[in-house]
Amino acid sequence: MSEQALPQPATSRLDTLALEREIARLIVQGLNLPIAPEQIDPDAPLYGEGLALDSIDILEIALIVSKQYGIVLRADNQENEQIFRSLRHFARYVAAQRSK
Amino acid sequence: MPAWPLFVHERPESIVAYRDGAAIDARRFLRDVRVLARRLPCGTHVLNLCADRYRFAVAFAASLLSGKCSLLPPAHTPEVIRHLQLFAPDAFCLTDDADCAVELPLLFYRDGDADDADDAAADAAPWSVPQIGAAQLAAYVFTSGSTGAPLPHRKTWGRLVQCVRLEAARLAPLARSGSAILGTVPPQHMYGFESTVLLPLQSGGALCARRPFFPADIAAALQELPRARMLITTPVHLRSLIAAEMALPGLDLIVSATAMLPANLAREVERRYAAPLLEIYGSTETGQIAARRTAFEDQWRLWDGVRLEWVGERCWAQGGHIEQPTAIADILELKSEDRFVLHGRTADLVNIAGKRSSLAHLNHHLNAIPGVLDGAFFVREDAHASLAGVTRLAALVVAPTLELATILRQLRQRIDPVFLPRPLLRVEALPRNETGKLPQHTLRTLVAQAAARAPHLFA
Repeated sequence: MSEQALPQPATSRLDTLALEREIARLIVQGLNLPIAPEQIDPDAPLYGEGLALDSIDILEIALIVSKQYGIVLRADNQENEQIFRSLRHFARYVAAQRSK
Repeated sequence: MPAWPLFVHERPESIVAYRDGAAIDARRFLRDVRVLARRLPCGTHVLNLCADRYRFAVAFAASLLSGKCSLLPPAHTPEVIRHLQLFAPDAFCLTDDADCAVELPLLFYRDGDADDADDAAADAAPWSVPQIGAAQLAAYVFTSGSTGAPLPHRKTWGRLVQCVRLEAARLAPLARSGSAILGTVPPQHMYGFESTVLLPLQSGGALCARRPFFPADIAAALQELPRARMLITTPVHLRSLIAAEMALPGLDLIVSATAMLPANLAREVERRYAAPLLEIYGSTETGQIAARRTAFEDQWRLWDGVRLEWVGERCWAQGGHIEQPTAIADILELKSEDRFVLHGRTADLVNIAGKRSSLAHLNHHLNAIPGVLDGAFFVREDAHASLAGVTRLAALVVAPTLELATILRQLRQRIDPVFLPRPLLRVEALPRNETGKLPQHTLRTLVAQAAARAPHLFA
């Protein structure tokens, strides 16, 4: 039986949404962003246009997710472009990599 | 005419750099410099944007050998590039980024340019390190100034060499010679230019091509280097290393600059990494002029030959490697001929994550946006610092016909994004007093009122 035939755990999508909201709240608080967490478009890019974060913000986010989820970000990770594409992508990465 | 060598490494097999875990010797460096020098166009001003520090060093050396002057502006926004082109119409940009969007003639750095003939020529030529006249103009470094145009400051080769040799002399008692030097700061910034490019070349050390960013990157980049290891960094990176509780391979010396390092953080860093931490004081105008061991002393000691003097309301630095008497933007208290205490910055200056600007400069750009009737930046004292210890600026704007997002987009074209206001608030009028000034406490009251109306705008 292939892996794809196995039923997906029913909670995973909900968990990701909850995690997305939690990360949005941590980012807004941690970065002093002048918006409400629910105003972050989960599909908008985190860098440049969209949320318009800069490199200092990305460093702050690295510290936040290291403290909160035990995740170690690296600049030479080939997946970074994917990871920072949006809040949703970032939350998925956190869900997959978290150690706490 | 006095001259100084391009580097002080005496033998062709001396290591001058590390790149991707491999050592690069002086012969190979000189070959790369000469190959690139042949490719340079005829313009005499170079904007060297190579992100890879080895390529930056090769490009700087090739420019120097060709009698060209490097341009080091404070930011690379379209507005700054326009001013650079007015300043030096023949300027071209040397870059290793295939997506480089700078609007100047572009020359791309290519790693594989040298061929077998170049190698044979390098091997056959008698070993000699190029000497460059001390008076040769090596670079213009720019500060943001108080109006739109960046202000140029001349740097001759002789003065640059003198400055980093004084730095090397100050570091010498704490570090073994021939250190591998890793920097978290870009080589295009005055501190990074001096301490991560010129310092290794003029002290017999080896520069590291990488520019690590996240705490884990710093650990990995250090791991690739042999002892003795030196880390050239900033308070932001030091605070992030501590906040991430990052373990590092053995370090021999840590150097911090660009913003004041709190003594508590300095002690914590020295304790955790079991290495001395030297803090350097300087500015784009003067270069580095003093240092202190922040964990143990609050007084700064000047580089040999540099003198400070109060004249009227300003403190002036002169002597040593300083090109001309230069007013210091900070408030200093002289303790003796070569020692001083730093009491903070003059009110107009801002320093966000090591980048410096002035409120006058930022206000100029805000008010230059069509549709902005009045506007002012200010420092938020109520905001708590983040994990990396950075507090951003805020701004008020009177612009009834513009969306705030439009104003932010326009500002992004003009100023370094690190200074973008958080938040940018719309008001009907600025609380100017009868002299047209904006008392900072009135601004803060206005922000507090806005915060009470919309608490989610303020963390």
